[in-house]
Amino acid sequence: MATTTSLPAPPLGQRLVQQGLPVLVVLGAIVLLWYGLTVWLNAAGAIERVLPSDSPWTWQDLVAATMDMQRPVMPAPHQVATDLYTSLTGNPLDSPRNLLFHVAVTAQSTLVGFVMGTVLGLVLSVCIVHSRTLDRALLPWIVASQSVPVLAIAPIVLVILGSMGLAGVAPKAVIAMYLCFFPVTVAMVQGLRSPQVIETEMMHTYAASRWQALWMLRLPAALPFLFPALRVGIAAGLVGAMVAELPTGAQAGLGARLLTGSYYGQTVQIWSALVMSALLGLVLTAIMAGIETLALRHRRQA
Amino acid sequence: MTARQPSTPATDAALAVEVRNASLIYNPQEAPVHALSDIDLAIRPGEFVSLIGPSGCGKTTLLRVIADLEHITSGSVLVNGVSPHDARLARAYGYVFQAPALFPWRTVLGNVRLPLQIQGRSADESHRIAMEQLARVGLTGFEGKYPWQLSGGMQQRVSIARALSFEPRILMMDEPFGALDEITRDRLNEQLQQLWQRERRTVVFVTHSIAEAVYLSSRIVVMSPRPGRIVRVIDSPLPDARTLDMRDSPEFVAVAHAVREALADGHHD
Amino acid sequence: MSTAGPAASPRSEPRRQRSFLLIVGPLVLGALFLMAPMANGQQPVGTTFWVATLALAALAVAGIRRMAGFEGRPLYATLTAALFGVWVVYFWQLLTVALAVPQVLLPAPWLIVLSLVENLSRLGNDFTQTVVKAVIIGWVLGSGLGFLVAVAIDRMPFLQRGLLPIASLTSTIPLVGVAPIAVMWFGFDWPSKAAVVVLMTFFPMLVSTLAGLQASNRLERELMHSYAASYGRTLWSLRLPAALPFMIGALKVNATLALIGAIVAEFFGSPTSGLGFRISTEATKMNMTLVWAAVVVAAVTGSVAYALLVALERRVAFWHPSVRGKK
Repeated sequence: MATTTSLPAPPLGQRLVQQGLPVLVVLGAIVLLWYGLTVWLNAAGAIERVLPSDSPWTWQDLVAATMDMQRPVMPAPHQVATDLYTSLTGNPLDSPRNLLFHVAVTAQSTLVGFVMGTVLGLVLSVCIVHSRTLDRALLPWIVASQSVPVLAIAPIVLVILGSMGLAGVAPKAVIAMYLCFFPVTVAMVQGLRSPQVIETEMMHTYAASRWQALWMLRLPAALPFLFPALRVGIAAGLVGAMVAELPTGAQAGLGARLLTGSYYGQTVQIWSALVMSALLGLVLTAIMAGIETLALRHRRQA
Repeated sequence: MTARQPSTPATDAALAVEVRNASLIYNPQEAPVHALSDIDLAIRPGEFVSLIGPSGCGKTTLLRVIADLEHITSGSVLVNGVSPHDARLARAYGYVFQAPALFPWRTVLGNVRLPLQIQGRSADESHRIAMEQLARVGLTGFEGKYPWQLSGGMQQRVSIARALSFEPRILMMDEPFGALDEITRDRLNEQLQQLWQRERRTVVFVTHSIAEAVYLSSRIVVMSPRPGRIVRVIDSPLPDARTLDMRDSPEFVAVAHAVREALADGHHD
Repeated sequence: MSTAGPAASPRSEPRRQRSFLLIVGPLVLGALFLMAPMANGQQPVGTTFWVATLALAALAVAGIRRMAGFEGRPLYATLTAALFGVWVVYFWQLLTVALAVPQVLLPAPWLIVLSLVENLSRLGNDFTQTVVKAVIIGWVLGSGLGFLVAVAIDRMPFLQRGLLPIASLTSTIPLVGVAPIAVMWFGFDWPSKAAVVVLMTFFPMLVSTLAGLQASNRLERELMHSYAASYGRTLWSLRLPAALPFMIGALKVNATLALIGAIVAEFFGSPTSGLGFRISTEATKMNMTLVWAAVVVAAVTGSVAYALLVALERRVAFWHPSVRGKK
């Protein structure tokens, strides 16, 4: 087996094509499928409402009609794109008509909650690793909470904070906070415990204090465990922030937009809000991935 | 990829493995690596042939070529008179890897039955044969255990029992005892020797232990790297029936010395 | 890691008696305290109450610490967590009753239990609507589809390279957001919630199955190659069994996702029953005890589902190092 030499990596251009092309093809297929579904799902409504009932019409008329309906069952991709474009460019940034305004509202709650949850999780995980009592009494509950739909408590949190006079960003951030907190804590505990016995014994022979061992061995060892959890945490926080916007009468934020869109039957609005929330999720996760690359850039693959 | 040269039927049909002028070059355009270079080797049925040499000499590559796990770029390889591909489809050989490669979700018995099930034998038949094979390697009583419950040496014995289960005429072994401690290794060497004594299958055995090669083989093929080639083929004058304390006898030492010299020659080339 | 004092093995008799006293004693005291007039909300609380409560808390902590120090059996670790849980519920009950905390803010545990019992049939209907219909059907369909698609594209590396990045990215986007669209297409009843669950569970199963199918080592695959085993044979005997741990891992993740998905999808609108519906509507009506009761039902469902899947994992993937407890 030792005689097999590995070929040098193919040039960047070739690699991009090899990995990017299939994704583009699949994406293209999805868009085509979307158009197909648009025609199929809107056909009944188009025949009923849009196409003239007395004069003859061709299938080209039908296709064209399905792609341009006011309240389609499924909006065509270009309809959603146009709506996004007009919303983003046709309105000032602080106007509720501009989707970026809503993105900012949701993102703000998500990020505030995410930071709070991460800090809390880091602190608690350090405490758990250094205290057997906390480890045995508290950690099992935190681990168990991962199999429980914690998001279901959101309305309770909103009611409690609402009756205490807290509204706006605070309750949404609290919900995002505890959704981020659980994965971060569990992952950090695992990460802080990941150094092998050999390494902890070596620190012991250096008479390193517990703080030194924490700072110089455990925390760096825990980083590769932390970042995947941060990615999970921020995605969960985003969902939490959006869900938190629902019961508060739906004023601002992407979740609120989804709800108002569904109340008023504004299909295109729903889809635009959905696309923006997907983009927001991707951007937030990409930022996390970027931070991870920066933090771990000197480490090679184990 | 296998360039077939017409072979003379009378003599070759009797050969278990015939390698003629075989070469294997990796990455020919940019930085060619001559894993095998003009290898000529003829193995008769019933022989125990060891391939020995330092890392990179091509011994494992040669074994894998014969087993149809890799393909040569020029020359010819015949196993039992047909191409390695056909020989593999005809289930002509059993292959023992460096690691046991047992399926952890199957019991020991289940693992030994695997090739038999693939070949379509009935459940009763495969059960019976598997139990016989396990008895042959001395593992009766362990059929119900799972691989992780056994030691490394026992796992390798299961792997050998599995390779023998469908009675192949040729047995190919790639440093099967390399990961074991010396004591276990000696015991397994002894068992393998006795098995070969009883059954006289053709065995092609890759190792980098001189003592192991001399103890087990009727013929030792010394190879060297860059490019991978055969330096010398040494026929062993030792009697077929061997015991472990033969390793201190002057005849043994002489053969080992010859192997060592050949290795050194290959190194200095 | 700090230890809770000198090696606390309950082997020496007097020490064992003291531990027992320290753990059980406060529990008994606490139960008695609950019934005391100063603590059951009939009078406003004074300093005596606070002194007694703090003393009890200190004893509770000491008991938990003592229990955490026990070595020898895994049961002790579970009991420590259980003891902690009992004390948390206890102080919750004590403080909400004694301080007459308004139910809107935080109802006492006992009231939640009462509400659970009172509304058993209603919550049972909600459970059927959400869990039995939307969650289970959606989970089975979504995971099943993910598995089938993964096996279907197993021999198409081009499609895998295209689909895998997209499937992995879907875990970063809030898929629950499709709930309003699902309602528009499938109506208000449970099928729309099941559709959301299908979407949420499809991708993790797809990604995990694909990863699992690559998990078999090169050596084992070469072994099958040396047996001239067909593609189907190799898939059945080697690659699918090797993929099982990954698939069950995805099933566990999907169980939680399914429950969350169904409940949150109901937040977006559901006819007249369902756990999510119950939680959101009763919350607007400020009927908090019922909300908590519904949350308890959801939590128990999640835990039981997870425990069942862990049991399945132990049966089917018993051989995998992670299940055996090795690193």
